[in-house]
Amino acid sequence: MTPNNNFTIGVLALQGCVYPHRPHIEAMGDAFKAVKTEQDLKQVDGLILPGGESTTMLKLINAFKLKDVLVEYFKDHPVWGICAGTILMAKTVTNPEQDSFGLINMDVERNSYGRQLESTHYKIEGYPVSFIRAPRISCNTPDIHVHARRDDDPVWIEYDHYMATTFHPEMTLQFPSPMHTAFHNLIADKN
Amino acid sequence: MAKTDSNGNIINIKTGLAEMLKGGVIMDVVTAEQAKVAEDAGAVSVMALERVPSDIRKAGGVARMSPPELIEEIMKAVSIPVMAKCRIGHFAEAQILESIGVDYIDESEVLTPADEEFHINKHDFKVPFVCGAKNLGEALRRIGEGAALMRTKGEPGTGNIVEAVRHMRKINAEIRKVVNMDEAELMTEAKELGAPYELLKIVRAEGKLPVPNFAAGGIATPADAALCMQLGAETVFVGSGIFKSDNPEKFAKAIVKATAHYNDPAIVLEASKELEGVAMRGTEISELEEPMKMANRGW
Repeated sequence: MTPNNNFTIGVLALQGCVYPHRPHIEAMGDAFKAVKTEQDLKQVDGLILPGGESTTMLKLINAFKLKDVLVEYFKDHPVWGICAGTILMAKTVTNPEQDSFGLINMDVERNSYGRQLESTHYKIEGYPVSFIRAPRISCNTPDIHVHARRDDDPVWIEYDHYMATTFHPEMTLQFPSPMHTAFHNLIADKN
Repeated sequence: MAKTDSNGNIINIKTGLAEMLKGGVIMDVVTAEQAKVAEDAGAVSVMALERVPSDIRKAGGVARMSPPELIEEIMKAVSIPVMAKCRIGHFAEAQILESIGVDYIDESEVLTPADEEFHINKHDFKVPFVCGAKNLGEALRRIGEGAALMRTKGEPGTGNIVEAVRHMRKINAEIRKVVNMDEAELMTEAKELGAPYELLKIVRAEGKLPVPNFAAGGIATPADAALCMQLGAETVFVGSGIFKSDNPEKFAKAIVKATAHYNDPAIVLEASKELEGVAMRGTEISELEEPMKMANRGW
């Protein structure tokens, strides 16, 4: 951990939208780290599971034998899943069914709003974000705190030391995003 | 703030999907079964084609957009994004692909060009486009027309990486030159490159293309993928290199692994030992007849 309530925030960097997080993280005075190995993981106070292709990430997590290491890390470190990352955190995944870490008691349907032609801009708490081939969350328990919805769908949720968003704030060039700030606060609470 | 293009379309929805594909491998497939093999191996996306580039070379004649039923079948078979190619300048093929609902259109020199003067006005479309380029001027012309993703052209279907390397190095060198220029020199540089001035200003300020930049054309091994990534490609397209190899499943998995850890020779080595077969037979570029040099198509 770095001093003065500043942290090292990791982004799982096996595949996907990793580096756009850097300016958001650095704008909060935190340090950014791309995480590819068990060694990297030991150096971060919280981990972002970024946007990308969840199927690819699962294959690479298995190919590089990171599954057990991540399960152990997730037990007592803050984790924020974005889009594909949200899918990895789900209890069950549909369209199609696939493996997940089951960190939050929610069902997640992949590509639930449609293909790329249905990808769209949106504002969450006044901040422009994008939904890209986005998944849809159904909460299975009232314990999950819903920060924001798109129509009726929960799109930004928090549960215990976990956070998930089905949209992308990281590509918006106003630093830091409210979601990055919320994740920083989640890490601060845990420390 | 969200970036918008000249027609007010929000660019980051179009480039946004390309951001999600970074650090991955996009594989050419010609059937739903191949698409499943690609997805199971960890491809981030597939390119739906009637023939891979090496077979397009062999078949000769006019290469066109793939039949819509084939593309739809592939879209049904996998959950990852599906791309498809249209001919350069053939905006009616692009309209069909948009109506099918593909996730990205490749306005590609692999197919026979439909227009020898003009590319498609890609701002007219909601679906994002990827285009090939050999140099910075060509890349910025395509971005000016609305491309949301660039790739090297390489020399498709040859299994020979030399042209992709040439194009990647050329673009990198031209970007470095622009970054070091005095602002007063930019307009003349724009004139010489045939590049839009406003886009050249962005390149000078940011030190990179305004959209993601991937590698394509001739990638046949895990080492080829690692080479392109180390030269600055953000993802690789593999065309004939997987399904024209001895063992497509192993080649696909190994190239995915090598791309994820392109900077770690130990992992690229490990991936290279898992191929269990020989790479596609390559072609020396000088053996190609001039009209069959696909990289020279596009203007």
